[in-house]
Amino acid sequence: MGRRAAIVGFGQTKGSSSRRDVTGVELINEAVRAALADAGLGIGDIDAVVIGNMDHFEGVNYVDMWSVEGSGGVMKPVFKVTTGGTTGTSVAISAYYHVASGMFDRVLAIGWEKNSESDTTGAIITAYDPFWERPNMAGAIGGLAVDASRYMHDYGATERDGARVTVRERLHALNNPFAHLQQEWMRGKDAVFLVDALVASKENKVLAYPLRMSDMCPRTDAAAALIFAAEGTAEKIAPIPAWVLAVANRHNFVYYGDLDWSRNETLEAAAKKVFATAGIREPLKEVDVCELYLPYSYAGLAWMESIGFCGPGQGPQLLWDGVTDMDGELPVNPSGGVMSSNPIGATGIIRVGEAAIQIMRKAGTRQVGKDVNVAMATGFGGCYWADVMLLGRKKPV
Amino acid sequence: MKMEEVAVVGAGQTVFGFDRKETFEELVFEAATAALSDAGGSIGDIDNIVTVSNDFWDGRTISSMSVMSAAGSWNKDISTVEGDGMFGAVYGMMRTLSGSFDATLVVAHVKGSEGRMNLITNGMFDPIYQRPLGIDATISAALQARCYMERTGAGEEDFARVSVKNHGNGLRNPHAHLGMEITIDDVMRSRKISDPLKLYDCSPVSDGAAAIVLSNRRGLKRFRQKPAWIRGAAYCSDSYTLGYRDLADPRALRAAAQKAYRMAGIANPLKELDAAEVYDAYSYMELMWYEGLGLAAEGKGAELLRSGATETGGELPVNPSGGTLSAHPVLVAGLVRLIEAVLQVRGDAGRRQVPGAKRALAHGINGPCGQCHAVMIVEA
Amino acid sequence: MTKDKKNPNELLYITSGEMYQPYRYTLSSLSGRFLTEIKEKKKFLGVKCPECGRVYVPPRAVCGRCYARMNEMVQVSDEGEVVACAIVEFGFVDPSTGIERPVPYGTAFIRLDGADTALSHFLDCVDREKLKVGARVRAVFEEERTGSIMDIKHFEVID
Repeated sequence: MGRRAAIVGFGQTKGSSSRRDVTGVELINEAVRAALADAGLGIGDIDAVVIGNMDHFEGVNYVDMWSVEGSGGVMKPVFKVTTGGTTGTSVAISAYYHVASGMFDRVLAIGWEKNSESDTTGAIITAYDPFWERPNMAGAIGGLAVDASRYMHDYGATERDGARVTVRERLHALNNPFAHLQQEWMRGKDAVFLVDALVASKENKVLAYPLRMSDMCPRTDAAAALIFAAEGTAEKIAPIPAWVLAVANRHNFVYYGDLDWSRNETLEAAAKKVFATAGIREPLKEVDVCELYLPYSYAGLAWMESIGFCGPGQGPQLLWDGVTDMDGELPVNPSGGVMSSNPIGATGIIRVGEAAIQIMRKAGTRQVGKDVNVAMATGFGGCYWADVMLLGRKKPV
Repeated sequence: MKMEEVAVVGAGQTVFGFDRKETFEELVFEAATAALSDAGGSIGDIDNIVTVSNDFWDGRTISSMSVMSAAGSWNKDISTVEGDGMFGAVYGMMRTLSGSFDATLVVAHVKGSEGRMNLITNGMFDPIYQRPLGIDATISAALQARCYMERTGAGEEDFARVSVKNHGNGLRNPHAHLGMEITIDDVMRSRKISDPLKLYDCSPVSDGAAAIVLSNRRGLKRFRQKPAWIRGAAYCSDSYTLGYRDLADPRALRAAAQKAYRMAGIANPLKELDAAEVYDAYSYMELMWYEGLGLAAEGKGAELLRSGATETGGELPVNPSGGTLSAHPVLVAGLVRLIEAVLQVRGDAGRRQVPGAKRALAHGINGPCGQCHAVMIVEA
Repeated sequence: MTKDKKNPNELLYITSGEMYQPYRYTLSSLSGRFLTEIKEKKKFLGVKCPECGRVYVPPRAVCGRCYARMNEMVQVSDEGEVVACAIVEFGFVDPSTGIERPVPYGTAFIRLDGADTALSHFLDCVDREKLKVGARVRAVFEEERTGSIMDIKHFEVID
């Protein structure tokens, strides 16, 4: 390992379907100010900036340049990292390497999106190959419906299993003042009752069979920022820094048709690598909390298996046993996750930030009850790009 | 911080031209395999990858997806920088220094011929205040050129002289798109594009790809190529809004260059460097960058050029490759500057070799009118 | 630009207009042969990796697993199996055409017999009982073919 690095500050804006009151640059600035305030730093303390989003959601080219007046990048080193849905986690990973390389001591990582400024489905369709996949693919919803069809076929998972994931995410979101979807009608209700209600609801339209409205994430406007600092500096900034234990990513494919739809092999490989680096043998026991990029309900079943929290086909059991609820053995997405807020370029930053504040014990009403020594964040993106970051309370060896 | 840990150990580039028939994948595979073979290694020696691409130029969201196989990403860590290739090289360097990886492959591609340059670069301006005015890379460059002329007294003939020098150099570079034997008169008489810029003041829109292999000391044993050590690396962004900037003052470049020189222990760059590859997207830029890089005093860029110091055979040849004026694959171009600097210090630059070059500078830019600059110093 | 009458304090909403970005995408020579074969013979070609022997459809230049350049094209069947599928019911504007795509429609990844990867295309079927993972399907071609993936009208479920 290179120089050790930790997260020492996190800031985010409240997710909403449209932030028409601000420009993208102003939205970015809100998140940056929040992160600096959280760390007790000024912009002058920042040595470098790394930022990301997806160009076609706002139609702005060279966003790293366009945003410097909001990001604080004027007369600082700044560049852009963008990898699709994983952009936020890739930006966080990049900020980690900025510090680990020894080139910078305090680095600002920013992700943002104003999905209200364009047609999200249209922009996502252009991620598919123009000759082979664009003519018939239907944005993220169509792609994920295809993913669900395979998992349901292979393991007999049902609509109720998917709805149970949704219920967990949306109940958790009620604890998170920054989450976009706040479904007050769910508050305090029993999970089984809510699953029945979602399945029976006539308003819960089919978007792309087998997915219904309740299976999908919203499109959100928000920005989020993290501050990474080097060992020696981090301890002075944060009482409990969230140390980076391991990072890894995989992206093997050019075409969606190349995927082995029966498994998420990139997430599998990336998770395996971080566990090996951090010396984790039993993920379910050793990881204390997760912020996983689950863009739709069935991912909350299948991808738990890919990470290695349970065996193939055991995702539904783990879920119904309550293991991943707030008071379970492995709380998943105390923030409400992607299904409650999806400002795409910011989403990965939020995953990492939410994992970090669980370690830093700054998660407020969404702080899990147990001690958090190891927290995991993931990113998911186009053609199954998988990013994984493992954070810890103790400095890595 | 003392820089001695990362070297460029392999470099590859395609021939640059308009309307190349290959796909992004084929171009990247060509450049990447060339870089690996130049390094004397194979994809198995690489433990992580950085790709460089841009969704606007490629006309697709997640533009890096199309080059995953060609970049050798299978079961490896990979990430994507969106911006000039020099910033991809900077990120590759960070990853190579981070202790997580020993050898990094950096690839960049573009096919300028597939999209419309003016529309794509119009997209980098503010959608409310600037885009409706039709501003693009060339129009904004013309504004900057005019500011520079006002401040320094440089004239259009000085710009033309850059064009003559670099297009002439391009004739000796087999990868160049547009090497030309032209005169100052030819440039002055070429078609007006956006006053004061004329056709030969502007770089061509080129297609192509480039790749480098970076290695730290631990990784060196995997490769056979002579390492070109990165002795200094720095980058810095100015303001975005053109009206907030003094367009004729390259202060971000000055900051980046000074930091890179400090790392490399360079006090007098004009004397201590043997070659420089700078990002001359438009002819006048080279003169401004002389000043930003500290090769010429403020306002003295044109004077340095007229002295012949930056010609082939001069005190510090600038753009012996022909520069961006002779081939401008946007995004790739900064990585090409680095590759050319590496070839110079290795003595492998063929007919464009600066005799005895040991230390060279490479420069890349991002954003309108050279908003953000990256500078690297390499040494054999 | 419009002004919200209900809320006089709200600022102008500014729309900067539709962004028009035309592209001339490049088709590789392998892909050109693939489309020509469909156009002229209503047959499918894949490209075979010289190292691992995998057959890729649609064709591409590089086998990611082996990092090998591929050139050898082999014929694969016009029948295959659905590996994953969906029935799209929500309406959206297709960015390639600018018009709303008619829904509902069946979409699937189809592994043609003899290929190792799947081709994505339309299905003629929106019946949840018939359009399933594992369903056998066959390509139906257009009468008038122009050299595009849309020369395949759709796939039909055959069992």
